[in-house]
Amino acid sequence: MPTFLHEARLKHQNWLDILFRNVTRLSAFAVLALLVAIIASLLMGSLPAIKAFGSHFLVSAEWNPVSEQFGALVPIIGTLVTSCIALLIAIPVSFGIALFLTELSPRWLRRPLGIAIELLAGIPSIIYGMWGLFVFAPLFGDHIEPWITRLLGDQPLIGPLFSGPPMGIGVLTAGIILAIMVIPFIASVMRDVFEIVPTLLKESAYGLGATTWEVVWGVVVPYTRIGMVGGIMLGLGRALGETMAVTFVIGNAHELSASLLMPGNSISSALANEFNEAVGELYTSALVELGLILFFITFVVLSLARLMLHRLGRREGQAV
Amino acid sequence: MAAEKIITPKLVVRDLNFYYGAFRALNNISLTIPEKMVTAFIGPSGCGKSTLLRTFNRMYQLYPKQRATGEVLLDGENILDKKQDLNTLRAKIGMVFQKPTPFPMSIYDNIAFGAKLYERLSRHDMDERVEWALKKAALWAEVKDKLKHSGTGLSGGQQQRLCIARAIAVKPQVLLLDEPTSALDPISTAHIEKLIDELKAEFTIVIVTHNMQQAARVSDYTAYMYLGDLIEFGDTSTVFTNPKRKETEDYITGRFG
Repeated sequence: MPTFLHEARLKHQNWLDILFRNVTRLSAFAVLALLVAIIASLLMGSLPAIKAFGSHFLVSAEWNPVSEQFGALVPIIGTLVTSCIALLIAIPVSFGIALFLTELSPRWLRRPLGIAIELLAGIPSIIYGMWGLFVFAPLFGDHIEPWITRLLGDQPLIGPLFSGPPMGIGVLTAGIILAIMVIPFIASVMRDVFEIVPTLLKESAYGLGATTWEVVWGVVVPYTRIGMVGGIMLGLGRALGETMAVTFVIGNAHELSASLLMPGNSISSALANEFNEAVGELYTSALVELGLILFFITFVVLSLARLMLHRLGRREGQAV
Repeated sequence: MAAEKIITPKLVVRDLNFYYGAFRALNNISLTIPEKMVTAFIGPSGCGKSTLLRTFNRMYQLYPKQRATGEVLLDGENILDKKQDLNTLRAKIGMVFQKPTPFPMSIYDNIAFGAKLYERLSRHDMDERVEWALKKAALWAEVKDKLKHSGTGLSGGQQQRLCIARAIAVKPQVLLLDEPTSALDPISTAHIEKLIDELKAEFTIVIVTHNMQQAARVSDYTAYMYLGDLIEFGDTSTVFTNPKRKETEDYITGRFG
């Protein structure tokens, strides 16, 4: 009898094993299936718009629901420009934060500051949006934008970027709000990768008489550049897709303007604002195509990041 | 023979105490390290030999709770003095660590890293300096065709010689070796020991080692330490063949430690 029992139990376990394996496999494939389904439905949804406008959709700045003429140039540019501004601000600031937290800050200050940064990452984006619209934009418009215009508006080449009436809301404001939102992500990744630099490696550089700055620039940064790129890409991914906060402060104007101080639009913001009121097949379809483009941009950015990491990895491996 | 050389003191340690927070790790250490010779610090783990070594380039200064009192004189100047500039000190006193620590960059850049901190060298001079340092570290023949390759791709023994080359490229006067062969295989260890023997013609060398045979093989002077005390210090052959103290004899003969 006992042997029987034992065998029965083994069989049972075996069966559980198979079940477990299949469940995990199912979950893994469900992700793939979902991805394919989303791409397919985006493609199908945007077919009418693709048929109607073709590649003209990508280069046209016209967005007129009344005459049913749609072009995606303004939101595409808005998405890319706001994300670029966000990264331009966020990368150096995050680098500084991470550097301070790992190398310079007194020990007792590290934990509270680290927690504060993580809390900042946890604030819902709509709160950033509200803060941006009600607090930041008026202050920015009243005090900083006039100053920027005075300082840079008449400069050759970059002048047009900073001209126009100070309204507070606009592409630059959206970029700054995005920067504030992605800083915690980039900073905490950078801090984590800075922390894994072996003490002995840093001591070796200090032992040669390097200053903290020389150790960071000469040893910590090269050692962690793959992780840093990963953190920046995480931030960029978030900046590209961010909807609510941008909608609040970007101005939602389908107008192409050279000035960063003028209102613009981003893809996700256009989608959020207009889906409610989209009537007619072509309008809806144009919005779905916008979504498809956003998906594509994110995909390209992530692929480029992968490629870059691969290249960096290879350059390191080439030594072997 | 060591005795035939004219002995000049290079580093003079006087009443050195060292603290990790409230814990006292070195007790009133006094000893004299002679110029252009090899001095070994031996003793069981935790005896303070690495701690003593790390006071010589004030590496402990990176950590806020660590401090030293007393004097360490380099050519008569107290390097523990607050006015001592750390970067200049470390240019004079180089260090190599327990594990090879090549920087994540090319072999050439690894060597140039330290030299660049102090000197503006032309491309040509830097090439010469790199070659000089690599030759001194007995690594030139193995890497001369792949200076642009990453230093992390070398074998462990080669990496450690790279680190030695990097340290001497700064042209220090003293070289501190903190268990430089503890992570290496016997053949690489033999390479490094031979190298130490050659380097002492130009540099004052202080080596911390776990390995008593190594101390006996490479050093001219040996200091035996135990629990933060300097038990015995003298020329290596005396310490190993005719120790004055019972504790030293017990350790050396393997009865303890």
